[in-house]
Amino acid sequence: MRKHVIWSLILIIIFIILGYFLVRQERLGALYPFRFGLDLVGGTELVYQADTSDVEDVSGAMDTLKEVIERRVNIFGVSEPLVQTESAGIISGNALERLIVELPGVKDIELAKQLIGETPILEFRLEKPGAEEFVSTIASGTPVTLDDIFLPATLTGQYLSHAQVEFDPNTGIPLVALEFDSEGADLFAQITKDNIGKPLAVILDGAILSSPVIQSEITGGKAQISGNFTAEEAKALVRNLNYGALPVPITLITSQTIGASLGDVALHAGARAGLIGFLALVLFLIIWYRLPGFIASIALISYIVLSLVIFKMIPVTLTAAGLAGFILSIGMAVDANVLIFERTKEELKKGKSISDSLHEGFRRAWLSIRDSNISSIITAIVLFWLGTSAVKGFALTLGIGVLISMFTAITVSRTFLFAIAPNSPAGEKSKLKIFLFSNGLHVRN
Amino acid sequence: MYVIKYRKIWFVLSGVLLTLSFWAIFTYGFNLSVDFKGGTLTEASYQNERPSLELITSKLQNLNLGGFSVRPSGDFNYIIRTRELSTEEGSALVQTLGSPVVERQNSIGPIAGAELQNKAIKAILVVVFMIVLFITFAFRKVSASLPRGTRGVSSWKYGLATIVALAHDVIIPTGIFVLLGHFMGVEIDLLFITGLLAILGYSVHDTIVVFDRVRENLSINTEKNIKEDFETTVGKSVTQTFGRSINTSLTIFITLLALYLVGSHATKDFSLLLIIGIIIGTYSSIFVASPLLVTFYKLQRTSK
Repeated sequence: MRKHVIWSLILIIIFIILGYFLVRQERLGALYPFRFGLDLVGGTELVYQADTSDVEDVSGAMDTLKEVIERRVNIFGVSEPLVQTESAGIISGNALERLIVELPGVKDIELAKQLIGETPILEFRLEKPGAEEFVSTIASGTPVTLDDIFLPATLTGQYLSHAQVEFDPNTGIPLVALEFDSEGADLFAQITKDNIGKPLAVILDGAILSSPVIQSEITGGKAQISGNFTAEEAKALVRNLNYGALPVPITLITSQTIGASLGDVALHAGARAGLIGFLALVLFLIIWYRLPGFIASIALISYIVLSLVIFKMIPVTLTAAGLAGFILSIGMAVDANVLIFERTKEELKKGKSISDSLHEGFRRAWLSIRDSNISSIITAIVLFWLGTSAVKGFALTLGIGVLISMFTAITVSRTFLFAIAPNSPAGEKSKLKIFLFSNGLHVRN
Repeated sequence: MYVIKYRKIWFVLSGVLLTLSFWAIFTYGFNLSVDFKGGTLTEASYQNERPSLELITSKLQNLNLGGFSVRPSGDFNYIIRTRELSTEEGSALVQTLGSPVVERQNSIGPIAGAELQNKAIKAILVVVFMIVLFITFAFRKVSASLPRGTRGVSSWKYGLATIVALAHDVIIPTGIFVLLGHFMGVEIDLLFITGLLAILGYSVHDTIVVFDRVRENLSINTEKNIKEDFETTVGKSVTQTFGRSINTSLTIFITLLALYLVGSHATKDFSLLLIIGIIIGTYSSIFVASPLLVTFYKLQRTSK
């Protein structure tokens, strides 16, 4: 018993420290704030599908894509943007590469799309051998794709280090001057050296801007492109090129904007539901299970504190579905206690002592707690594995909840209960103690 | 134990509920949300008073967007569902509505929708499969350790009874939601699937509590060499776990009720689904899964 008392004190101190940590971390600028999903704080989420069919190093291209988009988003000055890539459909076999951009606080979806989607794809492509004959043989009106005429691009906007607007000194027409990085410069020199006399098409977003004939090898990595730009167009192109050209084309497949007020309401409603659910549960536990019920309530508080600390540390992004998962897990966390107490009641009925009944209650309830929680964890894992981000949030809070509740509902409540359980024959005879440890409608004579 | 003795009554009751659910599903079909179908969802919020539904509908008809639906939400909001709109069409829609505050506008392409549908079905199948595997494993000893002369039910039949209960617990709430979808416009969205999966997990959770007791009683009988009818053992187990089945469900029910009554309206349908699921799940673990064990046992005997 002394051992249990000491452990109880240690546990209480630990939970008070954790609770203090939670409160401290709620201040502005804290190191571990809660992370809330877009549906709770408002903002825009854009999901793009990347076309990686022409790329060999898919994961490399996706990493570059992520970097480029992050750079663009950061230039725009969004607080805490989240850019992530996702390989959807691993299970279904045909991997689809996704790019997910979350922009908290951005409500103007038009602006957000511009910010990300309008990055130009710049390519330099050589004609395929025999392309002219090919074009002359086909009937007019037949659609011809770029791939029919041109070789795949080796030099793209990816190798660009800088672009700027220049004006033709003779005609005053705006031009876009490009400067490649060292790798790009080498590629450009190689291409121009090997293909003197051939045209090199400059293609922007799938449209041919110009197709100058290569006069001589160009070293130094500089080029100019002209495409009958207006000064405005040239400036916009330069700005977009400098933000970073995308390594692969992307198309928007889903977009979501959530107003901040809706999120605010959802967050407060979720928090209120959690609080009311918790209080109702405590009331039920204390009325029905008396002293053990009170201990279970303390275990439940430690469960909530521990979960919230873990949500902060990982960090788990809390969404409306995630909050629902957490509230559900509060109900499930008590499950183990109910199983234990009901079992204890049975043993008490058989006439065993309080301490023995508690021991039996914990021992015998363990198997069903273990098996039922394993099935919940299986569900959580499958949901997390197969789900989209909203479902993942639910699965994560539920899964973490089940694991933590195994600790709080069993270890924590056990330590407390044995610390206060009578273990002397005198204590066993106290009517008050027997009443306190009984439960439901049952009173042992 | 009356639960086991009158098992035919419960089977008929569940059978009727299942038939009604199937009838609803085949008659009305699923009211799928944009999550699965693809399309654009716009939630517009008006400051003081919202225009009438008729006005909104007639305004939208002029836009020629094809089929659409308008549903009031909360006191000041409308949720409008259309085909997938381009950004320009989306802004045009908001202007037509009289430029209310746009609470959210979600566009989901048809590919993403179809993919999600695929994923949802897969997730459900994987969960069911994994759980049955687990139950068969967890109950592997039940048939091995019986006293001579008594024949138990092999462990995979516990798994089978669990699946039947699972299917029962998923199909009936789905049927109810199809009806809610037809008459009240409740939609089958991603949260609905999440809810179904949570019910799956819960249903097994609850069934295991009863089966665990059957397992324990069987091993006690073996130890003490008591010859007891399988039917009696199951009946005894159900009686012993009755209170706790109700109470564990009650604790979850309390928190869900709080979520339903005061939670965000984004999770309202979700909590309703879970409440229905938990009631059905508790019922099925006592009145369907356990009597089924006895039925399986009798079938096994008559076939020998």
